Amino acid sequence: MGRRGLAVDLRDVMIRFGDFTAVKSMNLQVGETEFVAVVGPTGCGKSTILNTVTGLLKPAAGDVRIFGKSLTGLNGQSGYMLQQEGLLPWKTAQDNVGLGLVFQGSSIAKAREQARPWLAKVGLKGFEERYPHQLSGGQRKRVAMAQTLIMEPKIVLMDEPFSVLDVHTRRLMHRILLDLWQADRRSLVFITHDLGEAITLADRVVVMSAGPASRMVADVRITLHRPRDVTALQTTDEFVALYREIWSLLGAEVEKSYAAQG
Amino acid sequence: MPRRGKVALTQFAIVLGLILIWELGVRSGLIDPFFFPAPSTLVVRIGEWTSTADFWTDVGITLLETVLSFLAGIGIGTALGIWLGLSPFAAEVVQPFIKIFNAIPRILLGPIFVIWFGLGLTSKVALGVTLVLFVAFFNTFQGVREVNPVVLANARLLRASKSSLLRHVYLPSATTWILSSLRVSVGMAVMGAVVAEYLGSSAGLGHLIAQAEGVLDATGVFAGIIVLSAFVVALDAIVDRAEKRLLVWRPAPAHES
Repeated sequence: MGRRGLAVDLRDVMIRFGDFTAVKSMNLQVGETEFVAVVGPTGCGKSTILNTVTGLLKPAAGDVRIFGKSLTGLNGQSGYMLQQEGLLPWKTAQDNVGLGLVFQGSSIAKAREQARPWLAKVGLKGFEERYPHQLSGGQRKRVAMAQTLIMEPKIVLMDEPFSVLDVHTRRLMHRILLDLWQADRRSLVFITHDLGEAITLADRVVVMSAGPASRMVADVRITLHRPRDVTALQTTDEFVALYREIWSLLGAEVEKSYAAQG
Repeated sequence: MPRRGKVALTQFAIVLGLILIWELGVRSGLIDPFFFPAPSTLVVRIGEWTSTADFWTDVGITLLETVLSFLAGIGIGTALGIWLGLSPFAAEVVQPFIKIFNAIPRILLGPIFVIWFGLGLTSKVALGVTLVLFVAFFNTFQGVREVNPVVLANARLLRASKSSLLRHVYLPSATTWILSSLRVSVGMAVMGAVVAEYLGSSAGLGHLIAQAEGVLDATGVFAGIIVLSAFVVALDAIVDRAEKRLLVWRPAPAHES
């Protein structure tokens, strides 16, 4: 069944919580070096899709394949960056970045040694000994990003990682993320409700319908050439055209979700 | 003058004023020295004590009892708190027993411990432990229960094993709670040691006070209380230092300038 070259392959996946159907039918294929953004109105079950890919959530129906193999138990090849703050407040930036390595049995000294270049990669050289409360919101996000990527997961999952940041900081994060991904391409699934963010970053944008019982309504290839300049990009005709095209689909779903909320 | 200097000066003035009023009151005959011995006689008494070896033995014994009951109480309480914090089933089973045990005025166990363990060190430590244990237990329990769920989820997503979670997430989280209760625990440990000494012993600061009380020597009782207070303040300073070192990662409270 599984096609070669697909890191994530969801086929007709349905997710239910008791009698409640969160996702009715989801088809999502992500290539080994592909950056896919999933957009949809609030409450459409975007996060549950990531939980399905990690194996935390078992689908009620359908097929989850990771690198062509049916997923049983937890997915050992994925790294997950959460929307909320998950750093340990009692560990310094470098110890937080190296945390996963320590969990894998690496010594603290060795983990630090590996963590330092990663802090430099996310532009936090010189912040090694800072505790999370001594960092700004954007800096903490960068530590969290390094914490996920240092484990070199084959599949990177990000659940609205930058939604709490202000516009300028968010743009900086986009640049850092794209630079890192460009340097070492991996399969990346990025959940967001910000269409501009999705188009800026991804190779493909997948649009989901309003929940409950949501499904995929569109899968649009983003033809913007790489490497991308995240600031200049947003005013190009091509970007605006794509934004309009996808918004014509997404906007209707957002309206529906407003209507459902009353 | 900086604010801190002003505060210290005012505090000093208050203490000096009170001592002066007390001293003058005794000297003028307004205050009966049988009940309220003059500060000067207390100073003299403490001076006499500190020049004898027996007094330092007493201090040493009380200190030893305090430290032992503090360490044992924190150790047992923390272990119990972690265990029950991580096992909801065990917590539910044990909870009523803990409530009942905690409801017993622990001081009343003192005489029983003296009967069980004799007049020596063990009965003092036993009473101190029962006092410290619950403070440490409740705080650890709370600390383990109130670990930030996002932090926990994140650590799990980084594939932390159970022992890793305990070492890197649960214990540090509980430590903040334990440390914030440390000052109370030190006080409890001293109280346990001194009360047990007072109830029945052959040495220690509590014994010293009990002896003075036995001959209606108010000077001795007051002097003993002052020495004990100084003792607790000194221990408190050590705890303060430990806390500052262990909690460097915590943001400074906003109101402090």
